[in-house]
Amino acid sequence: MTMNPKEKALILDKAGIDRALTRIAHEILEKNKGAKELVLVGIQRGGVHIAKRLAAKIRQIEGVEPPVGSLDITMYRDDLATRKSQPVPQATDITFDIQGKMMVLVDDVIFTGRTIRAALNSIMDYGRPHRIQLAVLVDRGHRELPIRADFVGKNLPTSAKEKVEVMLAEDGGEEKVVILEE
Amino acid sequence: MSLSSKDLLGMKGMTAEEINLILDTAATFKDVSERDIKKVPTLRGKTVINLFYEASTRTRTSFELAGKRLSADVINITTSTSSVVKGETLLDTARNIEAMKCNIIIIRHPCSGAPEFLSTRLKSAVINAGDGFHEHPTQALLDMFTMREKLGRLDGLTVAIVGDIAHSRVARSNIYGLLTMGAKVRVCGPATMIPCGIENMGVEVNFNMDRVVEGADVIMMLRLQVERQVAGLFPGVREYARFYGLNQARLACAAKNVLVMHPGPMNRGVEIASDVADGTPVILDQVTNGVAIRMAVMFLLTGGTKAEA
Repeated sequence: MTMNPKEKALILDKAGIDRALTRIAHEILEKNKGAKELVLVGIQRGGVHIAKRLAAKIRQIEGVEPPVGSLDITMYRDDLATRKSQPVPQATDITFDIQGKMMVLVDDVIFTGRTIRAALNSIMDYGRPHRIQLAVLVDRGHRELPIRADFVGKNLPTSAKEKVEVMLAEDGGEEKVVILEE
Repeated sequence: MSLSSKDLLGMKGMTAEEINLILDTAATFKDVSERDIKKVPTLRGKTVINLFYEASTRTRTSFELAGKRLSADVINITTSTSSVVKGETLLDTARNIEAMKCNIIIIRHPCSGAPEFLSTRLKSAVINAGDGFHEHPTQALLDMFTMREKLGRLDGLTVAIVGDIAHSRVARSNIYGLLTMGAKVRVCGPATMIPCGIENMGVEVNFNMDRVVEGADVIMMLRLQVERQVAGLFPGVREYARFYGLNQARLACAAKNVLVMHPGPMNRGVEIASDVADGTPVILDQVTNGVAIRMAVMFLLTGGTKAEA
C-alpha cells in the first residue's frame, strides 16, 4: 500500500521526548496528589514503553513506583470487519487490582480517539477504577469521538494524510518523533 | 497477515506462517477465558451456527463457548432433532441456515469432504469440526498450541501418535500440521489400522509401542473408536490394550518429561490406563486451549475483507 514514506519533519528528539515525559510525570503527580492509588496502563504497542518510563520518572520524583500494566485493544476494535487483514493481538498484562484505583491510560499518539474508546471498554471488563485519565506523548488532532487527553507531551497539528511515528530506544534505533509523508 | 482462505477445512496445504498466525492469536485469546468477565465484543453482531451430524460434547461446547466469549450469537443444531430426520439434504439444510444470515457454519459430518462440499457452495465461512476419516483441523491446532506452550517449540520435536491411525481424522490433521511445522512424526498401531503407504506422508511407522515412545517428546494417544470398528480389525479390546495401551510400564520406556496427550473422549483401561490418564494434567489443558484456538480461528475468518484471497 505505502511506498517508502519520507520523513518530513522532526518533531521531538531524544531530549525533547525526555523533557515532555518529565513534565507529564510531574503533572500526573500534581493532579493525583501523589502516587498513592496510582496505576499506569500502557496501550500496546507504543504506549507500553512510555508507561514504563513515566513510572520510572514518578519513582525518581516521589520515591514510589506505580504498577504498570499493558493493554491490547484488538478484540475491542470497531473496524475488524472492514480491515484488510486482522492485527495479531499482543498481550494484555494487568497483574494488579484496578478496582478503585487512579488509573492513567498511556498511549504514544492520540489521533481519532477510537483506540481510547476501545481501551476504555476493555478496562471496564477488568474492573472499575475510581478514575481514568489519559496521557499521550503526541496529540495530532482529527478526533472522531468526544475524547480528550488529560496530559499531552506535544500538541501537533497534522494533515490526515500524514503519519506520526514515535520511535523509542526500546524498539531499537534512534529515539525521535517524526512526521512521515507518503 | 491473514489466512488465505475464507474457510478452515483442513491442515493440508496450510502454510507454517498461517499456523503460526493462528497459534499466536490464540495465545492472547486464552487470557480472555482466564478473566472474571470472559467476554470480548470482537464478533458482536455475527452469527455462528454449530451444525453437528455426529455426537460431540467437547468440540461442540468448545466452539459454542468460543463464539459466545467473542460475543457472537451461537446456534446449535443437533441433526437428530432437526429436519435432517425428515430427509433434507445437507446442502438444503445449509442453504436454509444461510438464508437466515449467518457468518460462520461449523460442521461435523460422518462423510469426509462434507465441509469442503459446503464451502464451495456457501458464502459463509465454513469450519471443519471433523469430517469422517479426513481432518479435524482445530484439534490439530489446539494440540500444536499445547505442545508449543509446554515445550516451547514445534520444530524438531518427535511426536508419537498411537492408535487407529486409519480411522483417525485427529491423526491426519496432526500429521499434516506437525510436518509443516518441522516436527518428526512416528505412528504406531495394529497393522490393520495403519494405512498402506502412510510413509509417503513423511512419517515413520513402527508396530512396537515400546520402541515408539522411546525418545519421543510427545505421546499422543488416539481413542479406539469403537463406533467405527465394523470389520474386526483387531481380535479384542483386551489384546489391544496390552499391545497399544499406554500404561505405567510403557510410560517408563519414555523420557521422564514426555508430554502425554489425548484428544478425548478417553476409553480408560483401553488406549490409556486410568492412572496414566489421571497423572497427566495436559489432557485437560488441551481442552482449555481448544476454546482459545477456536476463538482465534473465528476471529481470523470473520474479520477483514479477504481482498487478497
